[in-house]
Amino acid sequence: MLSADLAIVLPEVVLAAFAMAALMFGVYTGKDATTGTLTWATAGVFVALALWIGMGNSGDRTAFGGMFNDDSFSRFAKVTILLSAAAVLLISQDYMARRDLARFEYPVLVALSVVGMMMMVSAGDLMALYMGLELQSLALYVIAALRRDSARSTEAGLKYFVLGALSSGLLLYGASLTYGYAGTTLFSGILSTLQDEVPLGLLFGLVFMLAGLAFKISAAPFHMWTPDVYEGAPTPVTAFFATAPKVAAMALIARVAFDAFGGVPKDWTQVLAALAVVSMFWGALAAIGQRDIKRLMAYSSIAHMGFALVGLAAGTAEGVQAMLIYMAIYVTMNVGTFAFILSMERDGKPVTAISSLNMFSRTDPMKALAMLVLLFSLAGVPPMLGFFGKFYVLRAAVDADMTWLALCGAVASVIGAFYYLRIVFFMYFGSDTDRLDTPMAPVQWLALVAVAAAMVLGIVNLFGIEPSAALAAQALVR
Amino acid sequence: MDNLLSLITFLPAIAALILALFARGDDAAARRNAKWVALTATSATFLISLGLLAGFDPSNPGFQFVEEAEWIVGLKYRMGVDGISILFVMLTTFLMPITILSCWTVETRVKDYMIAFLMLETLMLGVFCALDLVLFYLFFEAGLIPMFLIIGIWGGKDRIYASFKFFLYTFLGSVLMLVAMMGMYNVAGTTCIGGCETSLLTTDFPHEPLRIAGYSISGGMQTLLWLAFFASFAVKMPMWPVHTWLPDAHVQAPTAGSVVLAAILLKMGGYGFLRFSLPMFPVASDMLAPLVFWMSAIAIVYTSLVALAQSDMKKLIAYSSVAHMGYVTMGIFTVNQQGIDGAIFQMISHGFISGALFLCVGVIYDRMHTREIDAYGGLVNRMPTYALVFLFFTMANVGLPGTSGFVGEFLTLMGIFQVNTWVAVVATSGVILSAAYALWLYRRVALGSLVKEALASITDMDRRERVIFAPLVVMTLFLGIYPAAVTDIIGPSVAALISDYREAVPLTTATAALHE
Repeated sequence: MLSADLAIVLPEVVLAAFAMAALMFGVYTGKDATTGTLTWATAGVFVALALWIGMGNSGDRTAFGGMFNDDSFSRFAKVTILLSAAAVLLISQDYMARRDLARFEYPVLVALSVVGMMMMVSAGDLMALYMGLELQSLALYVIAALRRDSARSTEAGLKYFVLGALSSGLLLYGASLTYGYAGTTLFSGILSTLQDEVPLGLLFGLVFMLAGLAFKISAAPFHMWTPDVYEGAPTPVTAFFATAPKVAAMALIARVAFDAFGGVPKDWTQVLAALAVVSMFWGALAAIGQRDIKRLMAYSSIAHMGFALVGLAAGTAEGVQAMLIYMAIYVTMNVGTFAFILSMERDGKPVTAISSLNMFSRTDPMKALAMLVLLFSLAGVPPMLGFFGKFYVLRAAVDADMTWLALCGAVASVIGAFYYLRIVFFMYFGSDTDRLDTPMAPVQWLALVAVAAAMVLGIVNLFGIEPSAALAAQALVR
Repeated sequence: MDNLLSLITFLPAIAALILALFARGDDAAARRNAKWVALTATSATFLISLGLLAGFDPSNPGFQFVEEAEWIVGLKYRMGVDGISILFVMLTTFLMPITILSCWTVETRVKDYMIAFLMLETLMLGVFCALDLVLFYLFFEAGLIPMFLIIGIWGGKDRIYASFKFFLYTFLGSVLMLVAMMGMYNVAGTTCIGGCETSLLTTDFPHEPLRIAGYSISGGMQTLLWLAFFASFAVKMPMWPVHTWLPDAHVQAPTAGSVVLAAILLKMGGYGFLRFSLPMFPVASDMLAPLVFWMSAIAIVYTSLVALAQSDMKKLIAYSSVAHMGYVTMGIFTVNQQGIDGAIFQMISHGFISGALFLCVGVIYDRMHTREIDAYGGLVNRMPTYALVFLFFTMANVGLPGTSGFVGEFLTLMGIFQVNTWVAVVATSGVILSAAYALWLYRRVALGSLVKEALASITDMDRRERVIFAPLVVMTLFLGIYPAAVTDIIGPSVAALISDYREAVPLTTATAALHE
């Protein structure tokens, strides 16, 4: 029995073992001098695992008495998480090395948090959920404060930790209520105890859990930590926060909603719809006044989470598929955008003010063009891939008879377009001032240009992710 | 050839790609090369599109040159043209080489400028050829990006404000249409516009009254969908009162941008009404036609009056465009042969005339760098050829018989007269007003004696400028004298559109008697 269970969680075990080994390697050899090697090795392991999980087609399996699921849904999410984490590690390598941030703990902690994320998306039990979530979060708290001697970085880490702990508290409180009323922590058990009439306590438990998880995806009104943490944390860490953890937490919400509370969709779709609307509008409105591109990306991610939630709020397999496609496109766009942000510097110092991009299109037309494509994609303007993300979620909402939600999303995307256009405005229409430096690490350049090209070429067939997303959605919504 | 439409549509984009990837440097030679590449690509597109026209069978009201390929699930890549859309394709391919030629004097960021225009041509052609709803939306929306950049980078003093206003205004209109499209897909189960087994044209969208929040909406879903599409197309047209982005965009855009905007981009709104609103939501169209009529009539009179008060030449012509588009919307919703024929004719003819007028402004702007009417006067003394060309297009704009401007206005007024006499009366007064502002503009700019010192050394049009205007003059005259060239092509498709419409919305006996 145990060996069969272990066979199912083998990728997680391998990654955890790798993290331990990497830690030992770092400690007993060159310490920070090994960072480069470790970063590349970790990224390599991520990619290898992604290929392993992605290529394997082992059907739906559960391990440890239902606590751990291995199905198409979790595999889709894991591949997205692993690939985006690998990409972020690679694009930040150069920044880390040049900014005196090359700590060998960084790739190790990222690997550990990715183990947590993989646990999260496979969770079939409240305990497994919490364990995965905390493993991920603790690693993230530490890397937010990676720049130990910077007040802002430590402040970001602390803020993230305190608010993260609060959200974990909410989540735990909800989980204990759920356990109290359902009598089990297994998702499948909760599902079977739910009849048409949901006990009030269970409803409270559900709402508390959703609130706790909303913190993790930074959906408004639980987003307060996001702008400060994004701004304060070192940029590579911000890039990581904006990608893999978001996918994991979003997938976890889908798990809880469908696996545990799938029998009573109307009780959580309205909560998710409300979160979606508030996030989309607040993300769009609050970003307008931002002067710092990292803060702007924080609000941008809040708005994007709102759109992904629209897909979940539809409560259908189509909606889950839309959410998965949206998240895959979202992380891809963010990898490209952060590759650019990481390369923004003047006189060798990193800058994050949007106004420093003045007339960047003259300084480096190619990078400016790639960024232009990404910005329009983030804004959801066709023919970029970002439009298709929005298209799928809005269509899912309309098909689920939630046209009002789709309308809200449409209007919010117009407001959101404004602040992306503002960046275009600085890059293309601005006045000539101090120029940014042009050099960019080859990996970053590659990531930026490849992502931009993908945003345009993806319209041919979305790189074939649509059928696998559909399969994943069917695995979750039975 | 099977892929003729795709070839025409994507040829400019391929040229743009070549420019983007292989053109290097920013010296005079590189700039000249970029211009020549763009000119060659657009001219080649025009020549190939002539083959399209030659192979087109005007007696067939259906879609021709249809191409189909699998796309992402649920959607198809479908292209095709019918009698209504082919002329817009021709208009676009015809005007683009002229537009490129008109920006020969641009010297800042020439390569980017050419790329923007080439991409814009692909996207505009795509709008007119797309036979899939989502594909249509893709092209329709994406056209905003190059235009936003054209206004924002190469525009005038207030270009930032104008470009943002242009983008956000039109974007808001279109996202509402996007939601409506999803609703349509939900009902019809297909996004095929026409020519498939089940298409949006053959779907009856429900029109039973709906109750939303205690209000009963007559026309039901059709009304809601119609309004969402209307939001998009009315902004694009633009119709009063959502036209305010247009004067700003026109004034700030560079000359070539204004030409494309007025001559082609505005036509997408009218095309959308003909392709979607009328045939797909006939009940709602019938119900809301009076609204459109009065909005159009107000647009014609109001914007003509506003045009009278302008001191900026481009702004004046922009308002005149809004007025002329009023005839188009009015004609479309009459849903009779004269009205729709006239509307399409007016759009084509306005493409030549307004394009030419903006080019006329461009000619003197290049020399004097001002568009203020007061800065000119008596140009006829120094620029006889220019004065002649400007006079010709001013007259065409007024609707002088013998020019294409006359045919469109006359047909639409005839169409509306059969449906709503009062609107016809109001709209006809617009003809007089248009004569007033156009002739007054001409008098202030070209006639009188040349007293301004700055104008004393102004030169007449050079050979390149004459080459630009020649085809436009020829087309304006040709269509004015032989309008059947257009109506023969659009006739069968329009007749089919009307008969389908009448099946869904039968004329009452009273109005039917009127038509006898």
